[in-house]
Amino acid sequence: MRVDVDGREVYCYTGARSPDPARPSVVFVHGAANDHSVFALQSRYLAHHGRNVMAVDLPGHGRSAGAPLESVEAIADWIAGLLDGSGIARAAVVGHSLGALAALEAASRHPDRVERIALLGPAFPMAVSDALLDAARVDDHAALELIAVWSHSAGKQLGGHPVPGMWMMGSALRLMERSRPGALYVDLRACNGYTNGLAAAAAVRCPALLVLGARDLMAPPRAAQGLIATLAEKRVVTLADCGHAMMAEQPDAVLDALAAFL
Amino acid sequence: MSRPRTHRFDTLSLHAGARPDPSTGARATPIHPSASFVFPDADHAAALFNMERAGHVYSRISNPTCAVLEERVAALEGGVGAIATASGQAALHLAIVTLMGSGGHVVASRALYGGSHNLLGYTLPRFGIETTFVDPRDLDAWRAAIRPQTRLLFGETLGNPGLDVLDVPRVAALAHEHGVPLLVDSTFTTPWLMRPFDHGADLVFHSATKFLSGHGVVIGGVLVDAGTFDWDAPAARGKFPTLTEPYAGFHDMVFAEESTTAAFLLRARREGIRDFGACMAPATAWQILQGIETLPVRMQRHVENARRVVEFLAGQPLVQSVRYPERPDHPDHALAARLLPRGCGAVFSFDLAGTREQGRRFIESLRIFSHLANVGDAKSLVIHPASTTHFRVPAADLARAGIGEGTIRLSIGLEDADDLVEDLSRALHAAGKA
Repeated sequence: MRVDVDGREVYCYTGARSPDPARPSVVFVHGAANDHSVFALQSRYLAHHGRNVMAVDLPGHGRSAGAPLESVEAIADWIAGLLDGSGIARAAVVGHSLGALAALEAASRHPDRVERIALLGPAFPMAVSDALLDAARVDDHAALELIAVWSHSAGKQLGGHPVPGMWMMGSALRLMERSRPGALYVDLRACNGYTNGLAAAAAVRCPALLVLGARDLMAPPRAAQGLIATLAEKRVVTLADCGHAMMAEQPDAVLDALAAFL
Repeated sequence: MSRPRTHRFDTLSLHAGARPDPSTGARATPIHPSASFVFPDADHAAALFNMERAGHVYSRISNPTCAVLEERVAALEGGVGAIATASGQAALHLAIVTLMGSGGHVVASRALYGGSHNLLGYTLPRFGIETTFVDPRDLDAWRAAIRPQTRLLFGETLGNPGLDVLDVPRVAALAHEHGVPLLVDSTFTTPWLMRPFDHGADLVFHSATKFLSGHGVVIGGVLVDAGTFDWDAPAARGKFPTLTEPYAGFHDMVFAEESTTAAFLLRARREGIRDFGACMAPATAWQILQGIETLPVRMQRHVENARRVVEFLAGQPLVQSVRYPERPDHPDHALAARLLPRGCGAVFSFDLAGTREQGRRFIESLRIFSHLANVGDAKSLVIHPASTTHFRVPAADLARAGIGEGTIRLSIGLEDADDLVEDLSRALHAAGKA
């Protein structure tokens, strides 16, 4: 499905289902240099289990037009614009990594539009090393390789993809390689520059789910503790032996957590 | 910035896709000879069937042992995933029918395995898929053969049996210029000698019967997707409706939307393997996995032995020519040095200068080399292509592929190279007396 947001065309994966105003809606927001397909299993399940699903390609990513958004706050406002463009009054927002920060900020800034948030692999602050930022700024492939390694638990770096026949490291790398030049840098800079996490968490009034990977090196569970302590109504699920790429490493566990929460 | 440490080829050849069995502790990959897999509950069953959850349903579509093999080959090739098939032929067929139906067109190198030539030249035309064969070295011929209906370019990394080296970077660039992918048969080289994805290829398949399994005990194939080809790119737009338009056979799924990088594999598994059914048996996958564990050390030895034999044959008066790209007189010598720095494999052909009777005497005088229709075995093999593997290829095409009446193809195994040279020397001596 394609939606006009602020005059730019946005692609949303819907699980091949047409939106139904009578159903609750869920927006999926991906992380840096990714697209909607990282939520393939979870979004498809929910689309076929009573929800309107909009798994978006953020501007400047995947099939969506425009330039990448420069800040978490801009993405949060863009989510509200997406709901406007889709004719949806309220939705749950599921975000991964950068998308998790955007979901948090959206719930804070647009409490009348966001009814629940699920933060997958969240951290605050979501600091990015200078070396990684520098590499991303010049589109050095080493930045993608580093993210691919850091995003997967040690065991999964040798495989064991739950989807038969898929090679997890190759899939992660190849998806990031599809990013437009400069997109990773803008995304990482948005993560690194976000300072409103605790204030946003304090302002959130809707229920929040936090899904943490016990072996996440990109967003270690300890880096989510401030958010957990600050959010008023929260549920925390920690996935054992799981890295940052949790939708690929443990798709069923992520889906079960989402299905129980949403 | 310094590059992160990722697992290297030799480590992946032993470990990729496999973990000790969590229920038994078994270190070796278990063989799962089960046709079906139990569903935890009805909702889970429905979700598995509708691609909402990951897992195995029925072994024609996927199997845990086969999945380890698929992951391992994908890891070694640098792809996003793979599908194990009943044979290399099944892998080639699966690739083609996933991309096109009646009215589709393939441009293929004419230096192909005879079985591939049969499929493309005789069988697929019955189903409305045409192929134009071209000289793999002639980029203008590749270009001229491309039609509006062309959906695939196809060649072998090392052409069979003359070892024409496919200029993968240039042919891939040409394919992409026309919005179609390049499929490469990498059977002769294996990823240890060349990873075609690193040079621009989009799809790779293997007859895993050969060097991957390495011992001539199974029939199997593997089809690997690089995940790089953009089926929705402007140059490709409208050419691949199997991937970019709703598929009624799977709840109107649009595979290119479902997966940005693995649309081809999704369709190949959810349609091609599901409906054509040319799947691999788990015991076969296990045997190929055993072979891949030693692929790096075997390939190194295969190449070393091949070099010894090539050097020997090149100095024999009864040998008219030896076609091995590492030799300076091979037309692809420079290209091979660039694309195949580790070596040019262990299958090559040479021409006897003598009569057909001398050729027959040569083959029948060999004691270590086995006369049979296969390559890539740990044991050394020999065959006369014109009367066997390429029997149905027209004489003119044979000549264009560099196959003559005196052409002998060898597959060099892992024996002591001195014994192989002595065996060949004895057979040449016998042939000389015939």
